[in-house]
Amino acid sequence: MSHSVLTLDTRTKADPRYGFFTDTSICIGCKACEVACKEWNQVPEDMQGFTGKSYDNTQALGANTWRHVAFVEQRVPVGQEAAAEDLVQAAERANASDGWGLDTYQDGEGIRWLMASDVCKHCTTAACLDVCPTGALFRTEYGTVVVQEDICNGCGYCVPACPFGVIDRREGDGRVWKCTLCYDRLKDDMEPACAHACPTKSIQFGELSELRERAEKRVEKLTAAGHTDARLYGADPDDGVDGFGAFFLLLDEPEVYGLPPDPVAPTHNVGQVWAGVFAGAAALGAGIAAAVLGGRR
Amino acid sequence: MTREAVPAERVREQSMVPYGGPQSYYGQPVLKEPVWTPEVPLYFYTGGLGGASAGLALMAELTGNHKLARRAWLNALAGVSVSPVLLISDLGKPSRFLNMLRLFKVTSPMSVGSWILAASGTATAAAVGSELTGMFPSAGRAAKVASALLGMPLATYTAGLVANTSIPAWHDARLTLPFVFAGSSAASAGAAAVITTPAKQAGAARRLAAGGALVSVAAALGMEKSLGELGEPYRKGLPGKLSRVAGALNLAGGALIATRARHSRPAALAGGAILTAGVIAERWAVFRAGFMSASDPKYTVGPQRARIERRRASS
Repeated sequence: MSHSVLTLDTRTKADPRYGFFTDTSICIGCKACEVACKEWNQVPEDMQGFTGKSYDNTQALGANTWRHVAFVEQRVPVGQEAAAEDLVQAAERANASDGWGLDTYQDGEGIRWLMASDVCKHCTTAACLDVCPTGALFRTEYGTVVVQEDICNGCGYCVPACPFGVIDRREGDGRVWKCTLCYDRLKDDMEPACAHACPTKSIQFGELSELRERAEKRVEKLTAAGHTDARLYGADPDDGVDGFGAFFLLLDEPEVYGLPPDPVAPTHNVGQVWAGVFAGAAALGAGIAAAVLGGRR
Repeated sequence: MTREAVPAERVREQSMVPYGGPQSYYGQPVLKEPVWTPEVPLYFYTGGLGGASAGLALMAELTGNHKLARRAWLNALAGVSVSPVLLISDLGKPSRFLNMLRLFKVTSPMSVGSWILAASGTATAAAVGSELTGMFPSAGRAAKVASALLGMPLATYTAGLVANTSIPAWHDARLTLPFVFAGSSAASAGAAAVITTPAKQAGAARRLAAGGALVSVAAALGMEKSLGELGEPYRKGLPGKLSRVAGALNLAGGALIATRARHSRPAALAGGAILTAGVIAERWAVFRAGFMSASDPKYTVGPQRARIERRRASS
């Protein structure tokens, strides 16, 4: 891997750029990613107890949760049977999927399990980085977005700026924390802890362009095998954040997994924001002038 | 886990159920609520007071109203002195407040705002120092102009600061919220000057207070209307209550100042106090509306889903 000079630029210049492809169709919900992440990065414990939300007792990404496995239970027609027009076609598809090893782990008896390991998206246009006033958040030579904990002063601006609700301030610490895509491991030519621990290769680490190709092929195969609901989330470089550095293959709409369906980096509209500010400032100046001069007829 | 056999017909039936509003993951929010503390809306007030007071002071001075100018300068200094204290105490690591000035970053209104506040604070302190001591009159004049000019964006950038986030009730108000803050800041400066200035010299302050109150109320209504469904947090729950209280106090304080403050000192004091309470409530309402907007996934998912459907329909 090339080790170029760190840059404060908000756009990725890293070449090649590295990231995650999380293929949720083969996630088994084991949470090894959550554990490996916590262990490697020494992330403090989060909530303890049961939420009653299926097997999800982690709940959401945050300062102390950098990988989060979502569990969704659905009663929907699934897999080959649902998509096939008749039994013969269903059997053909079942054969095809057996041959290709394309069965997802998530179908069975009228219920469908969606399991998905969520993570920071390492956006191409990253709102957290754009709004960070201290430069604590920066773009690494791998194209990832990382917080420098020795710079962050805990202003909290990145927290509501993130369109995914990923980054958060840690209580008792005062600074913000999130996935670093294991910046330290990448420096030593090791893949991130979560990808390393994933037993089904649902979490894949690699060059982003290569991952995108791999993901396209996976969607084609799944679709051919009857999983017509398979779709990529965040693989399009023309989306509202100009593409994710960590993107996903999902089997339902993003919002079902707690993800925004059409995220837009608020800083895309920063021109309008400033236009509003200066129009307001001009109006205030005019108002003051009118109030002072208004009495001198 | 219990498994029930679901008859195929029922499964098909379920899939025919029409779209019933935004979906979510156990109703959990998509966005994180801000971690900001009450210092932040208070700062919206003190920054607005400081900035608008500097503008009022300079204009009063230019028109020869030195009594009003002197008092407005002191109000401006009070505003810009308290502001950094509030901002620093809101930080997770207050000892690192100077890191705010490591960069100048136009994609971050907080970065630009920190520079505006630092410059405006310095200019205002110099202006007031020169005003009170009579020393360095020409440098003092330059400081006064700088303080007044910087005061205008100081009063409104905070609207841009919250608008530059992913929170729908703030982000979608990016073109309207600055006018709410402009009106609110004018009312803040007017109210403070009405309280501290003798009635005879306070005509401009009364006009600014009453006019600012009206603009603030009207702009808040306009913003809420233009937000459509995303404006709900400004109508419901705690922020809704705060909005209504703010509107009532602003109108009452503004009216009292406009009609009675000229001849009655108690009316001037009461009007100034009521209006000040109103503008603080207004800032608080905007602040809390952002929390409410972030906490319900429908505000995030609904408009995004609608956007996708519109794109699909047009392509």
